[in-house]
Amino acid sequence: EMACRLRVGGTGFEVEAGRTRREIYMRCVCMCVCVYVCSTQKMNLFQAVSSAMDNTLANDPTAVIFGEDVAFGGVFRCTVGLRDKYGKDRVFNTPLCEQGIVGFGIGIAATGATAIAEIQFADYIFPAFDQIVNEAAKYRYRSGNMFDCGRLTIRAPWGCVGHGSLYHSQSPEAYFAHTSGLKVVVPRGPVQAKGLLLSCIKDNNPCIFFEPKILYRAAVEQVPVDSYYIPLSQAEVLQEGSDVTLVAWGTQVHVLKEVANMAQEKLGVSCEIIDLKTILPWDSDTVCKSVVKTGRLLISHEAPVTGGFAAEISSTVQEECFLNLEAPIARVCGYDTPFPHIFEPFYIPDKWKCLEAVKKMLNY
Amino acid sequence: MLCFFTMQGPVLQQQPFNTPEEKPQFPGASADFVERLEFIQPNVISGIPIYRVMDRQGQILNPAEDPKIPREEVLNFYQKMTLLNTMDRILYESQRQGRISFYMTNYGEEGTHMGSAAALEPTDLVFGQYREAGVLMYRGFPLDLFMAQCYANADDLGKGRQMPVHYGCKDLNFVTISSPLATQLPQAAGAAYALKRENNNRAVICYFGEGAASEGDAHAGFNFAATLECPIIFFCRNNGYAISTPTSEQYRGDGIAARGPGYGIMSIRVDGNDVFAVYNATREARRRAVAENQPFLIEAMTYRIGHHSTSDDSSAYRSVDEVNYWDKQDHPISRLRHYMVSRGWWDEDQERAWRKQSRQHVMEAFERAERRLKPSPDNLFSDVYDENPPLLKKQEQDLFQHIRQYKEHYPLDLYEK
Repeated sequence: EMACRLRVGGTGFEVEAGRTRREIYMRCVCMCVCVYVCSTQKMNLFQAVSSAMDNTLANDPTAVIFGEDVAFGGVFRCTVGLRDKYGKDRVFNTPLCEQGIVGFGIGIAATGATAIAEIQFADYIFPAFDQIVNEAAKYRYRSGNMFDCGRLTIRAPWGCVGHGSLYHSQSPEAYFAHTSGLKVVVPRGPVQAKGLLLSCIKDNNPCIFFEPKILYRAAVEQVPVDSYYIPLSQAEVLQEGSDVTLVAWGTQVHVLKEVANMAQEKLGVSCEIIDLKTILPWDSDTVCKSVVKTGRLLISHEAPVTGGFAAEISSTVQEECFLNLEAPIARVCGYDTPFPHIFEPFYIPDKWKCLEAVKKMLNY
Repeated sequence: MLCFFTMQGPVLQQQPFNTPEEKPQFPGASADFVERLEFIQPNVISGIPIYRVMDRQGQILNPAEDPKIPREEVLNFYQKMTLLNTMDRILYESQRQGRISFYMTNYGEEGTHMGSAAALEPTDLVFGQYREAGVLMYRGFPLDLFMAQCYANADDLGKGRQMPVHYGCKDLNFVTISSPLATQLPQAAGAAYALKRENNNRAVICYFGEGAASEGDAHAGFNFAATLECPIIFFCRNNGYAISTPTSEQYRGDGIAARGPGYGIMSIRVDGNDVFAVYNATREARRRAVAENQPFLIEAMTYRIGHHSTSDDSSAYRSVDEVNYWDKQDHPISRLRHYMVSRGWWDEDQERAWRKQSRQHVMEAFERAERRLKPSPDNLFSDVYDENPPLLKKQEQDLFQHIRQYKEHYPLDLYEK
């Protein structure tokens, strides 16, 4: 059983998405993730992330992990025990300087060694924006493929957490989606997190891996102890449906699962849920194929609506699926305000707003 | 005398809590108490002294500091410096004639390039800013490839993607130049860290100007290199100007060398127009950086004789007299020539012959580069990722279909197929 508990916006509710062992097994075989062939362990999201890094440092002698406070275990416990296990030259603190952290990571990666750079909160990634966008993303192209920093992975806690306010809640994926050369990935739970993070680390392009901080402890699954890889740039249809396509990534996928249940119960409507997983390069084929079938699309993210990644998806889908659309594409997102503190319950794109958008599309 | 400066290292001596005498216990500094209120005055009247080996006439001042570089190698320095100078003149002119789009000369700074490059091992990794072509030339980058990059022709190792002078060469361990300033400093520190772990006797040198040293990335690079104990030489070319901005508007302290001790970095200021001083300092810094796993900061004082670039006319902000002084009275090439002549290693005839020969080599490479086609437009799309995703492949197809339809409006015959 996979159990996933969410507290959203301080109101507190629990969602349990129970699945049978067989369903999990079949899905995992299709995804080439062997949950039951290898041994698994109950892990929450930060433990899954830690496990991925443990596997990496064990198998790749060049791999190092660095950032603020990673030595003692990290402010979210993602690196607990790794310094003792692998040594202080491989898991180390840096000075408090994000542009330095990413620049330093680019340099390590440029020599061919594996660099895992932690930014303490995605909200603080902006001092490193120049290094990420002007340097990392362009390293291979501008050097005629003589140099690259494909061995670089940047990790950062991401998304709302109930009380994070302006600077502990941001979802900045849209800024980076605009920069080709990068890969941007957001997992929805522990099994996804480990498999996607390992794929990012293995991938020979600079990757940014955003970890939904609200799920660090709240999401618990049986996660394989050994390495496994979930492919990047492949969206996943979590639940098939015929009337509406719902697309999200990270925490919001679980909100959409709730919405799908409510839509079925209250409206008799069958929703198809897609976890996009990789924001850049994104899997437009899976989304378009779904919209061709359902004719209706809702995209939902916490990040502000204007210029958010839903805008890109919406634009592409209307280009590719114009004649299949039964209603305008709906975007249920954060407002164009900084992320507020006490007003979080009103700000976030909760299930009621999503359900209302579904209703509007059905009645268009 | 070659001598690096630093402050006392931060080794903290914690006193037991029950001693009668009060000693500071703060984790943040290893220092004594003082009862008199006094601000430390920054010393900018007489700053960190400038190490040099030769005087302006190329005479060795202290024989003990003469690196006694063999004749062949000294000739090599001289020929590389003058070849660079010749290539600069021709390529600057070619921009003026509209043959290449942009160029940056290295006039006056040739000594910083050759002296430092000669002091390194060929396997040491070089991160530059944009005015270090001599380092690449010293390592053997051929004229044809300098030209190919400036012309962005099909021979360019960079596949025609960047503006002129953004050189790079994997085989010569010279990381490709990028336009954003100082981004290379923290990268160089990271590379040095990785090389330290490889334990293969390799160092990193990172070049930057005194203007770039104002960027936040410079602070990041210094601090990371020091705290993470990286075998790196930070080499600052202080040439007096950042485009039009003189040093008096760039910083108020004692240049860049004085910042090193603030980070715990061994630091020195050298006469950048004295190729032997640059050589000695870089050689010693390299030896110790690798042996002791710590960064070194060398501030090479020099003067930018040329304009910032072909987009600049420096007569708008400095006098011709000032420029002429450096060109005539304190130039790395003439100082080295005086040294060579005084030893009987060089004369007027050799000078004439070499000038003619080097100009001929440059002109031949220039003509070859001019005739060469540009790289195929395929190269617009490749290498964005290691393998391009479907989205990019589709965009590429869209472009090529468009070009097929509107081919007379695109300069296709200038490019390879």
